[in-house]
Amino acid sequence: MTSLDSANQKPHAWLARQSRWSPLEIAFWLATLLPFYFFPTYLTLASQIAITALFAISVDLILGYAGIVTLGHAMFFGLGAYAAGLLSVYGWGEPISGLLFAAAIAGLAGWLASFVIVRVQHLALIMITLGLGFLTYELANAMTWLTGGTDGLRGIRTWPIFNYFRFDLWGYTAYSYSLAALFLGFLLSRRIVNSSFGLALRGVRENVRRMPAIGSDYRRHLQKIYVISAAIAGTAGGLLAQTTNVVALDALGFQRSADVVVMLILGGTGRLYGAIVGAVIFLVARDQLAGINPQYWYFWIGLLLMFVVLVMPKGILGGLASLAARWRGRG
Amino acid sequence: MIGQIAIVLFDGFAFGMLLFVLSVGLSVTLGLMNFINLAHGAFGMLGGYVTVLAMRQLGLPFLLALPAAFLTAALVSVVFERTLFRRLYKAGELNQVLFTIGVVFVAAAVATYAFGTVQQVIILPSWLRGSVEVFGLRLGVYRIFLIAIALAVTALLVFGLERTRLGAQIRAAVDNQRMAQGLGLDVERIFAITFALGSGLAGLGGALAIEIVGLDPSFGFHYLVYVLIVVAVGGLGSITGSFVGAALLGIGDVAGKYFVPEIGSFLIYLLLVAILFVRPLGLFGKR
Amino acid sequence: MSEAVLRTQALRKNFGSLEVARDISLALPRGCRHALIGPNGAGKTTLINLITGQIKPDAGTITLEGEDITAAPAAARVRKGLTRTFQINTLFPDLTPLEAVTLAICERERVAAQFWRGLASQGAIVDESIAILERLGLGNAATRATRTLPYGQQRLLEIALALATRPKVLLLDEPAAGVPKDESAMLFDVIASLPDDISVLFIEHDMDIVFRFATQIIVMVSGGVLLEADPQTVRDDPRVREVYLGSSGHG
Repeated sequence: MTSLDSANQKPHAWLARQSRWSPLEIAFWLATLLPFYFFPTYLTLASQIAITALFAISVDLILGYAGIVTLGHAMFFGLGAYAAGLLSVYGWGEPISGLLFAAAIAGLAGWLASFVIVRVQHLALIMITLGLGFLTYELANAMTWLTGGTDGLRGIRTWPIFNYFRFDLWGYTAYSYSLAALFLGFLLSRRIVNSSFGLALRGVRENVRRMPAIGSDYRRHLQKIYVISAAIAGTAGGLLAQTTNVVALDALGFQRSADVVVMLILGGTGRLYGAIVGAVIFLVARDQLAGINPQYWYFWIGLLLMFVVLVMPKGILGGLASLAARWRGRG
Repeated sequence: MIGQIAIVLFDGFAFGMLLFVLSVGLSVTLGLMNFINLAHGAFGMLGGYVTVLAMRQLGLPFLLALPAAFLTAALVSVVFERTLFRRLYKAGELNQVLFTIGVVFVAAAVATYAFGTVQQVIILPSWLRGSVEVFGLRLGVYRIFLIAIALAVTALLVFGLERTRLGAQIRAAVDNQRMAQGLGLDVERIFAITFALGSGLAGLGGALAIEIVGLDPSFGFHYLVYVLIVVAVGGLGSITGSFVGAALLGIGDVAGKYFVPEIGSFLIYLLLVAILFVRPLGLFGKR
Repeated sequence: MSEAVLRTQALRKNFGSLEVARDISLALPRGCRHALIGPNGAGKTTLINLITGQIKPDAGTITLEGEDITAAPAAARVRKGLTRTFQINTLFPDLTPLEAVTLAICERERVAAQFWRGLASQGAIVDESIAILERLGLGNAATRATRTLPYGQQRLLEIALALATRPKVLLLDEPAAGVPKDESAMLFDVIASLPDDISVLFIEHDMDIVFRFATQIIVMVSGGVLLEADPQTVRDDPRVREVYLGSSGHG
């Protein structure tokens, strides 16, 4: 009887293990505090990385977990950036409500877009995401009176956080603020992927044909995660507007949509840390190589993409994980 | 006003025919293998640079540079297909997209290294320059030439697909790959040949495009979007679809930029999303 | 015979000029063990696709416990208790059996959309999932990725996923397809021991198994029902013999 009970407990324990915090994770988040002490001159870059990592997490939720390939997610990032920026330009610079506003606007756009997204697959899906992305870009470009067009949206003034922490020149506040937002976004995403909803999303990714046969109304799942993802992307955009006090058209650009997918592939899709690690590597490398011609930067990115797809289809973290598994198996 | 509209229609149609030559190959290969090859535009760019080199360095006349562009793009593409792309046929669309985008990035960097970022120009033979007056409208001779080539390509493709053995095999494989394999067709070989022909056509399109839209290292990327729109709107594997899609896009693009320059491209993308919303498989797509 | 749980009335479907379902009228009583047999291309899988909503019929009606479900989406039919399995494994390769079955139960209990609650805290659901897996002998494989399982276990998982939806009617499309003969008998023992209130219709080519497990046999030929009768009658019917042994002439 006892042996049967313990056999029954094994799957429970296995499930619990899937979502438990590991010491490595705690060490990782402690390490995000290092820039304050060791790289104080790079706090602006660190803030950019935190913002981009949050954006990458939002894309990972739909691409890595739910399997929706998107080449137009900058649309929601940019919408959030313009929403937060415009709110400030028109006189309300309180940052936290500004972020919530950015998330709400992007989430609303995501909700509208989700009706189109869940109808299509394969090439049509890629084309729709691409088309919606270009559409938003052209719209922002044409509405110069609102967005400032190619000059960018200027005149954003962000009030101190909690009416106390001013945004300083060195980026202490900016990084603290972005990091806090990233951490909260990460906690939310972690909760989602470890829930029954997260399991359902993986089910859609693994075999969309089986989902109706187990009674799943999976399109509703997809719509829901698309809205959540859009809202998180909008939050990231809002952060960028508030910490840099400017919104340029490239917040909506195709480049941003493509770069974030590259980061995900680098780090490994379908694992939240893959999104963060990919963002860190991508942005640090670009910062270090900024001196060289951008065309050659993309030469290496291109080679790297081809290499990763052929040799490490699960990204850097996925590759490390399977190496570790092999090592454990041998030891 | 009517004259203006006629000219815009003509220019738009000519541009559309250019897009047709650039994209029809991708439509057929996508319909055949479901392989999303974003590097298709890069083969177009290759054809463009081959033309520039052939005319400038070898002194070939334009009409001979065109087949050179076709052949080079076809040969290079088949090398890529046999060594790299075929590993990805079962790899899922995301991996296909990323790998071929990687190829585009590398191609753009190589082109920049070899030719710089300047716009390339070629000197057309005198009989292709200037314009002629037809029914009181001044039509560019080169655009007429472009339309003639595109119509010839269409005729060849339709004839080839309907009347030749290879064409019948391709159609069978597009319709039902499993059944084609069951019938003993060598689907891999069929695909390699189709891929070469399709990329060759892209190379030809790239060569023809220099005079109309110019050529620089961003070509593979910039025209990729147009090519993808044509394929998605037309429907995979459909020559008729690509033709109609390309003509619509060409006319829409030129008309939009001429009449409502502020929101011209916006309308194109709106139309793209609307068409795919109503018909996810494209106007002429079957599956 | 007790009342019919599932009933089809003059179900018809054409693919172009090809008739794949010709006026099919069936009634499955509660707790039945019916077999659906017929040569390749007779339309057996198409019939299952029609009943479960993968394909829309051109004419005819389908009722489940008296309710007309002809127009209901596939997922809604499953939630009402009409579930199928697939002839070709249609599983979730990267999920473990535990996760896959838990997912199916979560969908049934309408908690799959709860993104705020950790999976590990759904104790009762996980217990049920484990119980289903153990009943099918998959207890030891519960936490291994599906794609690493031997083929026979994957076939069992097909059935486990279907059971997790708590079906009233279970349509099994060649549950033992590709499984060696000795293992397929074991698989059908599992099917035979399903609760009495589940009605089962299974497609199977192995006549030994059909005659051993079916209480009633439906014979299909080129889109239509040739005969529906008990095993002995089917065994003795000259038309069935002709279909299987003689030159049937149907592709």
